[in-house]
Amino acid sequence: MAEYPKPIPAITPEMRPFFEAAKRRELVVQRCLRCGTHRFPAREICSNCLSREVEWARVSGAGEVFSYNVMHQVYHPGFADAVPYAVVVVKLKEGAKLNSNLIGVAPQAIRIGMPVQVIFEDITDEVTLPKFAPA
Amino acid sequence: MSLKGKAAIAGLGITAQGKVYHTNHVGFAAEAVHLALEDAGLARADLDGLLVNPGLSWGDGSMASFQVQQAMGLRNLRLSVAMNAGGATACAMIQQAAEAIDAGLCNVVACVFSDAPLKPPKPKPAGDGGGKGTGGSAGAYGFARGLDAAYGQFGVNAMYAMVAQRHMHLYGTTNDHLGAIAVAERQWANRNPSAQFHDAPMSIEDYHHSRWVVEPFHLFDCCLVSNGGLAVIVTAAQRARDLRQPPVYVWGMGQGHPGGDPLETLTSGAVLAKETAFRMAGITLRDIDVVELYDCYTFTVLVCLEDYGFCTKGEGGAFVADGKIAPGGTLPVNTGGGQLSSFYMWGMTPVSEAVIQMRGAGAARQVEDAKVALVSGNGGILSTHSTLVLANHR
Repeated sequence: MAEYPKPIPAITPEMRPFFEAAKRRELVVQRCLRCGTHRFPAREICSNCLSREVEWARVSGAGEVFSYNVMHQVYHPGFADAVPYAVVVVKLKEGAKLNSNLIGVAPQAIRIGMPVQVIFEDITDEVTLPKFAPA
Repeated sequence: MSLKGKAAIAGLGITAQGKVYHTNHVGFAAEAVHLALEDAGLARADLDGLLVNPGLSWGDGSMASFQVQQAMGLRNLRLSVAMNAGGATACAMIQQAAEAIDAGLCNVVACVFSDAPLKPPKPKPAGDGGGKGTGGSAGAYGFARGLDAAYGQFGVNAMYAMVAQRHMHLYGTTNDHLGAIAVAERQWANRNPSAQFHDAPMSIEDYHHSRWVVEPFHLFDCCLVSNGGLAVIVTAAQRARDLRQPPVYVWGMGQGHPGGDPLETLTSGAVLAKETAFRMAGITLRDIDVVELYDCYTFTVLVCLEDYGFCTKGEGGAFVADGKIAPGGTLPVNTGGGQLSSFYMWGMTPVSEAVIQMRGAGAARQVEDAKVALVSGNGGILSTHSTLVLANHR
């Protein structure tokens, strides 16, 4: 595979389960074992009930575009050919929000509220990234 | 017992601003404090309190106040703390100073911000291709190791833009509305010889033609970057009356830090901070003559106009569309040009302009008969907020 030009995220210990699940084409987020609140990215404690008891729970992958931007500045050479590109905030059905990219939709066509579904993109042999497509 | 009117701003020091390279962040802070002391007619030996808000170029600013103390050879301070709540710090420093003076800790407090993020331009080597995305070593992009970077999400502009996008979706706010703010502040800046954009008029067409940074923000939706320092001297009101400048009395103080997700609320901490500050000051909106709002983005001004209650949530666009915040309008906002068009000293920018207006020293931009000023500070992504009500009489 040609060298992936965009930034490859570091697999930190606290986020390892997310990346391992993504390789299995599963979307997981943290879920508080005491109160059930979903959260993303990984956090030490639940901001709802302060519990440290947590599991990584598989979620449906369904959500909606909660907001977005369209980036025009090149912060990293890997995006030099991509600008302008959109970054979306997806609010998952289960409540957690995550930043991502929306595949197959031109930035000008993105609408807040659009239903989306998770897809998975292998960016290297080691790393798979969840992204989203219109549902 | 209310602190209304017990403290005053007695000195103001503003260094050269913008592309200035004669010193570093510590030097700018020291220069600003020195200028503020001179302005007040005070000496270094009179200073027994120092509060420092370190800008980004300080890196680890945790000992910033000690660093400035040592740089200036100050001895025997009874208050010395580095403070940081982002853009909300400036007003918070003045609040802290007023409280410390009232509590008897100290008598004369310098509150200072400085930053030096701009580096002098390097001479270009011959044949440099330039261009928008030159390759670099992996080390140069060390910031790009987080998950956000993988999706191309970089920097504060990108996050703030998402909040603005949602406001536009829910309330119909447009770039014309944001542009009205940019144009109004530029008009004020054109009357302010100290403003970085003093000599550059801006039309709404210029605003729309300015390049996209991250939609929905054009270049002219985003604040400047400045090197420099800015300090005020806070004393008890009766001490200020003996000094060189007309005192600017602190009538009201408040902070508001709502927590939660600004994408959900589209609201700043102004709602909370205003309540405390206005109650202390004993005023309503009708008593405000000039408004100096933290304007890291045009959008921040729009949200804060809503949150202070000048209009209802969602109506900020319509409120500014008629030009009332521009010179000649009924509600002067950011009368020096703000962070968008004058200079970016975080929360000290609006503080300094309020002091100038209260002293009647605004010259071509002076709001006639201005007696009471509202000053806001806003940090993070609508994360932190501080409010001062200042007045030129007791």
